[in-house]
Amino acid sequence: MPQPPGTHVELVDVSKSFGGVRALDEVSLKIGRGSIHALVGENGAGKSTLGKIISGVLTPDRGQLLVEGEPVTFHSPREAITKGIVLIAQELSVVPALSVAENVFLGTEPQKAGFVARRALRRKYAELAATAGFQLAGDLRGRALRTADQQKVEILRALGRNAGLIVMDEPTAALSRPDAERLHEVIRHLAAGGTTVVLVSHFLREVAELADEVTILRDGHLIRTAPAAQETVGTMLSAMLGRSLGTAFPARRPVTPQAKVVLEARDLSAPGVHEVSLEVKEGEIVGLAGLVGSGRTELARALCQAQRITAGTVTMAGGQLARASRSALIPGRRSTPRTALKAGLAMIPESRKEQGLLFGRPIGENVSLASLGRLSELGLVRRGKERNAVANVLSQVGVKVPAQSAPVATLSGGNQQKALFARLLLAGPRVLVADEPTRGVDVGAKRAIYDLLTELAAEGLGILFISEDTEEILGLAHRVLVMRGGRIAAELSGDDMTEAAILGAAFGAAERGA
Amino acid sequence: MDQQDITQAPAPASRKPRLPPTALFNTLSRAGILYPFIILFIVLSVWSGPFFTKVNLLDILDQQSSTLIIAAAGTLVLVAGGIDLSVGAVYALAGVTAAHLALFASPTVAIVAGIAVGLGVGLVNGVIVTAFRINALIATLAMSFVVSGLASLVTGGNLVIDYSRPGFADLARSSFLTVNTSTWTMLAVVVALAVVLGRTTAGRYIYASGSNAEAARLSGVRVQLIKTVTFVLSGGAAALGGVIDASRVLSAQASNGETTLTFTVLAGIVVGGTSILGGEGAMWRTVIGVLFIALIGNGFDLLGLNPLYEQIALGGILLLAVGADAWSRLRQT
Repeated sequence: MPQPPGTHVELVDVSKSFGGVRALDEVSLKIGRGSIHALVGENGAGKSTLGKIISGVLTPDRGQLLVEGEPVTFHSPREAITKGIVLIAQELSVVPALSVAENVFLGTEPQKAGFVARRALRRKYAELAATAGFQLAGDLRGRALRTADQQKVEILRALGRNAGLIVMDEPTAALSRPDAERLHEVIRHLAAGGTTVVLVSHFLREVAELADEVTILRDGHLIRTAPAAQETVGTMLSAMLGRSLGTAFPARRPVTPQAKVVLEARDLSAPGVHEVSLEVKEGEIVGLAGLVGSGRTELARALCQAQRITAGTVTMAGGQLARASRSALIPGRRSTPRTALKAGLAMIPESRKEQGLLFGRPIGENVSLASLGRLSELGLVRRGKERNAVANVLSQVGVKVPAQSAPVATLSGGNQQKALFARLLLAGPRVLVADEPTRGVDVGAKRAIYDLLTELAAEGLGILFISEDTEEILGLAHRVLVMRGGRIAAELSGDDMTEAAILGAAFGAAERGA
Repeated sequence: MDQQDITQAPAPASRKPRLPPTALFNTLSRAGILYPFIILFIVLSVWSGPFFTKVNLLDILDQQSSTLIIAAAGTLVLVAGGIDLSVGAVYALAGVTAAHLALFASPTVAIVAGIAVGLGVGLVNGVIVTAFRINALIATLAMSFVVSGLASLVTGGNLVIDYSRPGFADLARSSFLTVNTSTWTMLAVVVALAVVLGRTTAGRYIYASGSNAEAARLSGVRVQLIKTVTFVLSGGAAALGGVIDASRVLSAQASNGETTLTFTVLAGIVVGGTSILGGEGAMWRTVIGVLFIALIGNGFDLLGLNPLYEQIALGGILLLAVGADAWSRLRQT
């Protein structure tokens, strides 16, 4: 492919922080016109943030963005669109009830006296589709489209707004192999036609095949920008490795050899999970790593019976908790989060706001919710007993509250997370599945949660610790499972537990194909 | 200069020590409807001689007894995140069923059968909403048509008259300590449901289910069971209201209650400050809300105002109540 003439977008010393966490630190790079420029890095390396800054979704704290050599400050995606820059986010936004053509020209429909000029709309759509080289009927309804076709609608929508630069965030993450290949063709066609494409992707093989240039980020820092021809999956991976800042982790206490297995899954399958087998021993912290979308959360939900399993068994030390029924018509005893909790398996869900807390309710009610049976007599809540139990467990997890009757929403993010820990600890579990317990909390609260997890393990709890932060997993876990594509891709322990090994397995460096 | 002042204004305020959010402070600051209720009560007492008399006040309570019973159970439904639009129809069906049976069976059988019909409709509502995951608004609206039709089938379109069976009137018309039994029944139901909502584990689960169903489920709450139970209670309460009113007037017809009752109940609950979005509310709020609406009606009667304005005033107050709820939620997040 001929090297494109001139620079389309340039970033100079761009920095962006979220609540004290530096997501991007003085990143500078140039994106050539008509090129396919890939942004790669680990989870949280800053690649999505960079894509969002280019497309005006985020405004940088410091630094300068130049489009066509001209300094610009975008405060909204709308302002970026006026400069011909459009973001296609991971979550697509096709209106189900409108046709493809209407979706493409949404908000910019050709009009006649306030009515949509249908004939003009059809003609404009045909022209646009021909320029882009797409075969997609304009009269299909949005709801009838597969993900791959929805993506085409988004691309056409971008082109319809005269986009000169399209930022695509993980465009192939939700696509099947052939659809991904077809999208690659589309992207090549766009670039050949002079459109610049910024590709944020987890798939290094895709990047190596598709991109003209690659920018590698780590921890918010720019590692390098280089022509893709000079990179391989291996060189990109090694550049993504290594962390600079060393958060202090509490000392790990070894698991005694005679520790019993408390949680066991055999050939467990569920939506997004394929034939996973694992064990957690008492006093053991098992780290569960993997990229976003690799099935970590799905596995956690399947283990804790929040999601129906389709095959396999889950067993707690006391006895079998759940097994997939052979017949859909004659289900066995249906297991639910309630039965899991009773068997001693508790989960800190991924989103404390959507799945964890009762936001409008008082702190006390939130903490006692899973243990009310024990705190009541004849169905009446013993309020004195409840207050004492809640106060005790809150002090155990280290939360000071103004009053138990204050709404839980008044607590800081870190304390909300600890209140969620308190709820589950009060229920007296033997195994705790913690899905991203440190997401969105500040550094101090992170450390407190690390201490808490270590203490709980020392008291004999088995812990399955899910995190997208590799360093966190390495700092806390006795053993690490790495997920990829819904399966356990690697099990690492002892000296094998390295960032390189985890990332290698997570990105599938050893496998063939994408 | 002005603009600078505006941007700097919040700083000194945030430096001031904030009041500790104690339970009492929370309750007082969120008492909402209680203040207008008290003001209206005082105004009516001053302006209208007959208002503040035992007869008038007991009369209001007695007239509102079926509405309060239905609204008390409706509060549980709303707090659990549902809504029941079938109460008016269930009220009618239970009334005509009991009145019809009272013609040839004992009053006890008639009353029990009437209430059982309501519990049954409530169970169907609950199952449709939880097991078939049909939106509660639509499900109970549809059921209200079905139930209204059933009520017409029972009566054949006629008024059922029980004047020959005065025993059936005992349910509502007996008195104990100079207060009608219908009022006592209402008090018993309201207090019982207030205890359920405010003091029991079931009440906590009702709040949890309405506040965040997924979080409640993950915490071991049987959300579907809880929601179903609230619908069953709502159906039973609507039926009890219908039976009491049929007993009071010794007659019933299929067009009793209907949508007016449904919306009066809903208005009372919402004016009281229970959120239609679920997870928030209290029984005392519903009692105050229903009585507030009743006081407006009573006040219009006693002061001889044009009753047409009553509805306009009611609608305005309802909008204010819902607006205040939306506004307070906006500030919370």
